[in-house]
Amino acid sequence: MLDWGLDNMRTYQDQIHIEGRYWMLGALALFISVPFILSLATGVWPTFQEFLPGFIATITVFWPVTTIEVFTFTPMLGVGSSYMAFVTGNLTSLKVPAALNAQDALGVEKGSEEGDVISTIAVASSNIITTLIILTGAILIIPLTPILELEAVKPAFDNVIPALFGALGFVYISKRWKIALVPLIFMALFFLFVPGSSGLVGIMVPVGVVISLTIARILYKKEMIR
Amino acid sequence: MAFLNAWWLYAVVGIIFVYILLQSSIFLMKAIKRAKELKFTNDQIRKTITSSMVFSIAPSVAILIGLVTLSKIIGPALAAMRLGTLGAVTYELPTSLLVLESFGLNSGDLLNANVVVTIIWVLTFGCIPPLLIIPFFYKKMSKKMKAVKEKDSNWNAILMDALFIGMISAFVGFVLAPRTVSGETFISLLAILVLLSSMALIVIFGLLLKKFKWEWLRNYALPLSMVIAMALAIVYAGLGVR
Repeated sequence: MLDWGLDNMRTYQDQIHIEGRYWMLGALALFISVPFILSLATGVWPTFQEFLPGFIATITVFWPVTTIEVFTFTPMLGVGSSYMAFVTGNLTSLKVPAALNAQDALGVEKGSEEGDVISTIAVASSNIITTLIILTGAILIIPLTPILELEAVKPAFDNVIPALFGALGFVYISKRWKIALVPLIFMALFFLFVPGSSGLVGIMVPVGVVISLTIARILYKKEMIR
Repeated sequence: MAFLNAWWLYAVVGIIFVYILLQSSIFLMKAIKRAKELKFTNDQIRKTITSSMVFSIAPSVAILIGLVTLSKIIGPALAAMRLGTLGAVTYELPTSLLVLESFGLNSGDLLNANVVVTIIWVLTFGCIPPLLIIPFFYKKMSKKMKAVKEKDSNWNAILMDALFIGMISAFVGFVLAPRTVSGETFISLLAILVLLSSMALIVIFGLLLKKFKWEWLRNYALPLSMVIAMALAIVYAGLGVR
């Protein structure tokens, strides 16, 4: 199934695919080793009765969601970024907007090799800074906790999503308002009127993508956008 | 529960962080080399790196809030590892609470090693699909995407914009979702105001860029709009908006 391709005439993207696979499988091995090391070191192994209820409840939601995320976000991120972003997570609040901002600032065509390379530079830079901040936060957690839990700054950190998607949204909605209209109205009605919808944003992203792609295709076929 | 602060646990987590930093640095260097071959200037590359780092600071600090909460359940080292790797606070926290529930516990309860170890097992295997799908199937998927792009470059540009619009519309809609705080459900006017402020700010920065030819703003308009809108959230909340 894997084409580990060892020919000499590889393109940049082929090379990234090969190395990305190694890096990702390496990450997988490292992540899986953590619970094993933890259980070996402490002598505590979860029993099936303890593990299964939480596990089944989790995978029922998150395995489909994370699988769909792969199909939704890899085209947005490009080759190099996908192999990094799916190791470090935080796709919607960090990696995808970082890739988008960098490509827009340079005016490169998204989905092209130029776009891919710029997206990789942006996501790698974002990864480095986020990792360093989280690492610092873990080491300095005792002095940082009272600052991070200050009531005065809470509204700022509670509103990262509107602060980010307001600006990002305006750029794309104004650029392609004909495509954006239907998914926006659908999402506004869904989140306003479906009880408990605030916990469903992860599931609604691929739904939004399907709607916007369908609308875009119809408008393109009818030559209403170009 | 002393193991949550044991040196060996910090060493394991440290190795994972070094691995992530190493992968990111190597991919960064390779991408820079390729960018130069593609005739991007050093200045463009430097600006891309700087603006991406600046942009990432505020959302990363927001992750630290989740780190504080999650570390009360699984300790700082494991919480940092979980939040720095695949997943997000929106996955780690509810999943941890789900496991606590299956033990008949709440987040404020005194936990034992059994509970924490089970949480880590569930968190690790609960979000594994991307780490399997991408190495085995992504190359094929991206070749197919490439074929679509090459077939019709006009459609490719629209397709990419439509993908982003799909994601953006979900998050703009999400801002309108009623939320429940202390048993009371309400639509957050604060979140809507922050969204509108952020929109207004990017328009202002766009106009400044055009009028004064401040090219540097091109890279920083998004991070600046986001950070100022977050700061405005503090002001609005101070005025009693919620």
